[in-house]
Amino acid sequence: MYDFAYHKPSSVADAVKLLAADPDARPISGGQTLLPALKHRLNKPSSIVDLSGIAELKGIRREGDRLVIGALVKHHEVANSPEVKAAIPALAQMAGTIGDTQVRNRGTIGGSVANNDPAADYPAAVLGLGATVVTDKRRIAADDFFQGMFTTALEPGELLVAVEFPIPEKAGYAKMRNPASRYVMAGVFVARTKDGVRVAVNGAGPGVFRQAEMEQALAANWAPEAVAGVRQSPDGLNADIHGSAEYRAHLVTVMAKRAVASAG
Amino acid sequence: MNVVAPFEGIGASVKRKEDLRFLSGRGQYTDDIDRPGQTYACILRSPHAHALIRGIDLAAAKAMPGVVAIFTGADMTGIGGLPCGWQIHNKDGSPMAEPPHPVLAQGKVRHVGDSVAVVIAGTRAQARDAAEAIEVDYEVLPAVATMEAALGAGAPRVHDGVEGNLCYDWHIGDPAVNAAAFRGAHKVVEFDLVNNRLIPNAMEPRAAVGDYDPTTGDYTLYTTSQNPHVIRLLMGAFVLQLPEHKLRVVAPDVGGGFGSKIFHYAEEAIVTWAAGKLARPVKWTADRTESFITDAHGRDHVTKARLALDKDGRFLALHVRTLANMGAYLSTFSTSVPTYLYATLLAGVYTTPTVYAEVKAVFTNTTPVDAYRGAGRPEATFLLERLVDVAAREMGMDRVEIRRRNFIPADAYPYQTPVALQYDSGDHVATLDEALKVAQWDSFEARRAEAKTRGKLRGIGISTYLEACGIAPSAVVGALGARAGLYEVGTIRVHPTGSVTVLTGTHSHGQGHETTLAQLVTDRLGVPLAQVDIVHGDTAKIPFGMGTYGSRSLAVGGSAMVKAMDKIVAKARKIAAHLLEASVEDVEFDRGTFRVAGTDRTKSWGEICLTAYVPHNYPIEEIEPGLEETAFYDPKNFTYPGGCHICEVEIDPETGHVDVVNFTAVDDVGRVINPMIVEGQVQGGVAQGIGQALLETAVYDENGQLLSASFMDYQMPRAGDLPPVSVATHATLCTHNPLGVKGCGEVGAIGSPPAVINAVVDALKEFGVRHIEMPATPAKIWNIIHADHKLAAE
Repeated sequence: MYDFAYHKPSSVADAVKLLAADPDARPISGGQTLLPALKHRLNKPSSIVDLSGIAELKGIRREGDRLVIGALVKHHEVANSPEVKAAIPALAQMAGTIGDTQVRNRGTIGGSVANNDPAADYPAAVLGLGATVVTDKRRIAADDFFQGMFTTALEPGELLVAVEFPIPEKAGYAKMRNPASRYVMAGVFVARTKDGVRVAVNGAGPGVFRQAEMEQALAANWAPEAVAGVRQSPDGLNADIHGSAEYRAHLVTVMAKRAVASAG
Repeated sequence: MNVVAPFEGIGASVKRKEDLRFLSGRGQYTDDIDRPGQTYACILRSPHAHALIRGIDLAAAKAMPGVVAIFTGADMTGIGGLPCGWQIHNKDGSPMAEPPHPVLAQGKVRHVGDSVAVVIAGTRAQARDAAEAIEVDYEVLPAVATMEAALGAGAPRVHDGVEGNLCYDWHIGDPAVNAAAFRGAHKVVEFDLVNNRLIPNAMEPRAAVGDYDPTTGDYTLYTTSQNPHVIRLLMGAFVLQLPEHKLRVVAPDVGGGFGSKIFHYAEEAIVTWAAGKLARPVKWTADRTESFITDAHGRDHVTKARLALDKDGRFLALHVRTLANMGAYLSTFSTSVPTYLYATLLAGVYTTPTVYAEVKAVFTNTTPVDAYRGAGRPEATFLLERLVDVAAREMGMDRVEIRRRNFIPADAYPYQTPVALQYDSGDHVATLDEALKVAQWDSFEARRAEAKTRGKLRGIGISTYLEACGIAPSAVVGALGARAGLYEVGTIRVHPTGSVTVLTGTHSHGQGHETTLAQLVTDRLGVPLAQVDIVHGDTAKIPFGMGTYGSRSLAVGGSAMVKAMDKIVAKARKIAAHLLEASVEDVEFDRGTFRVAGTDRTKSWGEICLTAYVPHNYPIEEIEPGLEETAFYDPKNFTYPGGCHICEVEIDPETGHVDVVNFTAVDDVGRVINPMIVEGQVQGGVAQGIGQALLETAVYDENGQLLSASFMDYQMPRAGDLPPVSVATHATLCTHNPLGVKGCGEVGAIGSPPAVINAVVDALKEFGVRHIEMPATPAKIWNIIHADHKLAAE
């Protein structure tokens, strides 16, 4: 990796100040994306702002009908949290399938959501549950937050501090892993909340997206059979050496069916 | 009270002596070696598959901090290219095309990753920073990324002097006899298949440290090699012209090789040469990306085969035409793999009376291809065992029955095949029957039906194979074009108090030689295992040996040790006879005790050893003091392990995912020295075979860029991809080496891929699938299910 300056602030305010002062600074949380990029010399930040010392970004808490997860909470903590398991078991289950043991003990929800890798797991949960992304400046609805591959509504220097999840009546997640990377090849997060049914698809396309036809089908009949006949169009989906867009489109239907089945 | 020592000799599953150091982080690998004043090399690599180098501007790079020197091909004058160790001849008798393989590019690059320049600097990061500052003016040329493209009319030439990109057009067998047999056939099965290109991915990337002492003129190369003497000979004599007494090559602990660390690579010559130029040590360590694009790849065959059968399903003739990808240059043993290590195995375990094979080796703008675990034999086995399954189906015969009907019977050994080899021993019915029993073959249909109730497609596949290893008789391989002898050497150094140091020319890079070879000494001399150490991997310490590959260490290296121990025992008996005042003929030796036959007069091993080094009362007129013997052993034949592998899979028809649910390996590896190590070797080989069958493949785009150049896209098997593997051995002994051993390092990787694919094809039989190319990925299987047949969505 190239040389960079290193900062470890202890408050969000200090972190934001450091990021604002240097447009080439990059925040680092669990480092599961940034560190490999640095090691491959694909990224050359002037400084790294290490968020791991900021206490206010940590912790999982229930606030009425919402579950609030701090940006620094690791996947392993979400997977094993009694609060999460009680409120949104599908979210805990999903977090327990991210990467491998090492990744889950380093990677954080804030890092994953802010990075918005199309093949990451969390964006599907955030969009599928209709969560709210909380930053140091504002609150952003999931529908407005994700803007395609590695792109979000975050402004330069704006820091994601927490994700607030509404507690659904039912939710489920199923995915097919890319055989090599074990990132998501096609995943579907389904949720039924008091505001309606949401279906979010990750892995298959250039960014996480909602599947309107499946949402309608499930609103009418919350059952795996309801989505079994809904075809995802392959147009615009990813195609690579691991599978065609048609294969991924097919997997979306299969995973939707399985997600609904797992939601019960 | 009698204390019975635990049995540690031949047949004991003793724990591996070397594992304490490996598991506690105390192994000494090449990258762990740091020499005083050491510098670091970074190789600038070609980003293009094929390009002319019009100019290299080093000015900015030379001004970078910490830079000690930068060299390009222009600086390496008077240096030879990397040699090829095996000359193949064309059908017409002319020698193969053997274009130069420069250490650093000479005006042209021929694959992505080709070496263009080397920066030597004070730190690794400084070397890399400066390499990035080198400006190379490339004129990009059209590349040939596939054999089909390379052989096409008017294709760009990888090497200007090699017409049609053809390295050789070789054959084995009698075409007239073969053609006649086809004319009389009841049925001819035609079958095309690909053997996918693999990337070895040893856990430890390649590394090399060059050192030079200007006061003595001595060079030392520390390198990740399976055969340090071979590297010393190739690099010293052919590349750098350094006399061997001035060049020491050390291959310390090495973290996996699988063949990829047999070969002499450019980086070894670069660091050794540069250390001499600069009179400073130079270290180079590959990163994982460099490993992907510069370690020699494996396999990569495209084959058309025809099998003639009579009306009873007996094989009458086999005709095989194979294209073998050499990549951009001839790696050290590349040329032997698709010829003498492949086509000579095409009889397999069958009595096919005539086999005719034609092999064209092709240059392409890709990473060089060479031996990878099994080397040629997995390719032959995959072809045969898939072909036999296809033939069974097309003849309407049972898959097991067609094999039985064509097996070489146990009483036909020694058996002369129509493709040069003479098999010494084997019992294919025995390994088949045992595997069928362990795998519960007969009750499979019930498991298939049960899986169906869960929506899964279950299949079972079998492979009955034989391979040739324990390489090799020097005169035989010499006649076939090898430019090396393939004997092995062992020195038994008995110390005055009776402990033993063994110097072996073989090299352990994961196989557990420090245990297995020590067990041979314990078994023969009665010295406890803890008092036997194995020394390997350092040309300054060991006699000239040929290293480890082709499952040769025990069959050839172990046999050399046995010969040396015979000499030790013969001399020790003379010493004992002197002390016991008996005639030598009357002195017996059995695991640590010398006894005058039929009496209670004995001398212990320790007494004899001490006497050899303190020869006060000694037959000094008759024998010399000391107790150290060396033997070289040149095998009389290859060894022929074989066996039966059975694989059971379940396919999720919705996703195409294949789950290997069971794997049975019953192998005949000859006498087993350490059953635990054999089991581990077979399991590791099977893991690599499953990797080839289901997961791994190197993919190039049409411009010669490697698309699967990292673990993000190249799927190595993980623990979760692997089934429980039940391993059993059924030994028939090798008849021509003193231990009766055959070798177990490659059988897993050779026997397993066709068993897996046969199982996948069986699981998909309702869709009329004739063949599926490796790797059988989920997407590929989904395409098969959904392209033509009932589960088609639309």
